[in-house]
Amino acid sequence: MIEIKNISKMYKLGLISTKTIQDDIKNIFYNILGKKNPDLETIETNTRDEKGGDYVWALKDINFNVKKGEVVGIIGKNGAGKSTLLKLLSKVTKPTTGHIKTNGKLASLLEVGTGFHNELSGRENIFLNGAILGMSKSEIKSKLDEIIEFSGCKRYIDTPVKRYSSGMHVRLAFAVAAHLDPDVLIVDEVLAVGDAEFQRKAIGKMKEVSGGGGRTVLFVSHNMASIKNLCDRAILLENGMVTFDGSVDKAIELYKSQNSKDLKKEFKFSNKFSNEYIQIDKFKISPMKGNFISISSGIEFSFSFKNKQRILNVDITYEISNMEDLVIFHSGQVIEETTKNKTEELQVKTQIPHLNLNAGNYKLKVVFGQNQSKLLLTTDYFLEFEVQNEALGANSKVLPGIVRPNIKNSIKIIS
Amino acid sequence: MKEEVISPKKNLFDVNLKEIWKYKDLLFLFVRRDFVSVYKQTVLGPLWFIIQPIFTTLVFTVVFGQLASIPTDGLPQVLFYMCGITCWNYFAECVTKTSNTFVTNSAIFGKVYFPRLILPLSIIITNLLKFGIQFLLFLGILFYYLYNGSNISPNIYIFTLPLLLFIMAALGLGFGIIISSLTTKYRDFQFLISFGIQLFMYATPIVYPLSLAKEKLGTYSWIATANPMTSIIETMKFAFLGNGIFSWYNLAYSLIFSLILLFIGVIVFNRVEKTFMDTV
Repeated sequence: MIEIKNISKMYKLGLISTKTIQDDIKNIFYNILGKKNPDLETIETNTRDEKGGDYVWALKDINFNVKKGEVVGIIGKNGAGKSTLLKLLSKVTKPTTGHIKTNGKLASLLEVGTGFHNELSGRENIFLNGAILGMSKSEIKSKLDEIIEFSGCKRYIDTPVKRYSSGMHVRLAFAVAAHLDPDVLIVDEVLAVGDAEFQRKAIGKMKEVSGGGGRTVLFVSHNMASIKNLCDRAILLENGMVTFDGSVDKAIELYKSQNSKDLKKEFKFSNKFSNEYIQIDKFKISPMKGNFISISSGIEFSFSFKNKQRILNVDITYEISNMEDLVIFHSGQVIEETTKNKTEELQVKTQIPHLNLNAGNYKLKVVFGQNQSKLLLTTDYFLEFEVQNEALGANSKVLPGIVRPNIKNSIKIIS
Repeated sequence: MKEEVISPKKNLFDVNLKEIWKYKDLLFLFVRRDFVSVYKQTVLGPLWFIIQPIFTTLVFTVVFGQLASIPTDGLPQVLFYMCGITCWNYFAECVTKTSNTFVTNSAIFGKVYFPRLILPLSIIITNLLKFGIQFLLFLGILFYYLYNGSNISPNIYIFTLPLLLFIMAALGLGFGIIISSLTTKYRDFQFLISFGIQLFMYATPIVYPLSLAKEKLGTYSWIATANPMTSIIETMKFAFLGNGIFSWYNLAYSLIFSLILLFIGVIVFNRVEKTFMDTV
């Protein structure tokens, strides 16, 4: 169905300017001589956060096949090459090397609402958008009522789309795209917009497309829940290379540990969190066991701080909130080492073994005080971390609730 | 189901006309979009299409006809200028509008594939509609002068009009897509085109007759006829107004020139369209 062979894509970084013309001329010159341009031999791996040369491989030696009817999720961090891959598949741009073989009608939803014209009415835009996506006029005509119905914008259908709310925009656009009837559907993060009702509708439609019609779907998303929900296979991209191709669960797990690698980095402060009393250095958050913070891994904070005025009875308090600003706890204690001796620099390691926070994102604040009565220094929420879900028992889904305590039953069989 | 291969190899003459035919609905929807959206939320609506040539004609009549007293081959000044302006507008609009195809449409091009040539083609057709409206205006004024017994004599050569339109479209499209291909990487050409087309108008016998240019330039008069637009304007004036320099030889030159230009344009465009998203 889709065969991807040795696909690589090179990009040149930086601005296009007079220097580009020099490069172009150089390239032509090397081409005429039949030699390779030495500049192009130092193409580097595409790492977003490191400094390097001007040429990078956005994709490097990608090989995989997709069978008919398969729903494949493509995951990876920002800049891993997901969108580039989809762009190559949908013929928006060409690969530098390699080839892709596709079979049948291919439609891509790289961004819904492509080619909407603000001055035209919803109805006119359905035709325009449909044609851009490759439908014929008669095809659109036959599906028009269905599309309008699906979009839920019936009342506005003869109003110019510039009067639409952004959500309606997306609804209408997705409605057109959902009725494309392609053999291969390429979807890039379209579900991130729209309200909950619409997301449900969209996912339902995509399931219908893939499940009922035996169509092939390539789906890019950062939303692991929808990947899990829709796909039967996942491909993990990292710095432009395929690092995993196989079961969805395994791919998601690898992706998450990849993410938490980033979170485990040390936080170094210059003067941000210091005042006349306290200065915090090198704050680090890590799981107590395993590679990433999960429901049962426990959390460890380690850092050092300067007690500038050698104050006695310093206490440290941690406050963790969830993203809705609900404080989960605010708790701390006096550091024993400072009760008798006047100290200046201290290394701290705090462990919270049985926190059992449920999967989700949390943020942290640290407060220094004297004898838990006088405030010395308070940070804002300076650090965000993610608690990964983990299968406890048979259920591998993310469950509701703020905490996921470990429950122990002691049961006696009575009869 | 047809198998399709996407690969970096480029065949110079690999223009997929069949595919363009498949997307003809899109072509006409683009035409409709461009035509309709121009006068949405205006009071005068499509009238704007004729206001512009009327005022340009008036200004030309006052400046070049009355103040500078440039001869018009004995033709009524209003008709003389309007004939040239109507044709020139078509050509100039085709060039300027197609010349920024890639830049203005990069948002669509970056998201979805369709034969890129559809967009410049739709611009040529949209402008043809505009030309139609302006041409009707010209005909109306022509009839007015005929009715009042002016010294004009439309003749059998008016049937060359489709050929003239074809040559202008080919020239406009050819120039336009070559420039649009170049602007994907270097925007310099955008500046060039905006004043270049204005200067080009003065190199074409619109505000003066070719006969005058030939007389003044003497042995250098080939410069005036080397301009492929010259024979079109002159044929137009000859056919509809009855005075101008008509020669099949010059017209054939324009036709061949336009075909070669279009051919080069399509090849260049075809080459650029596949990777332009990386540089635009």
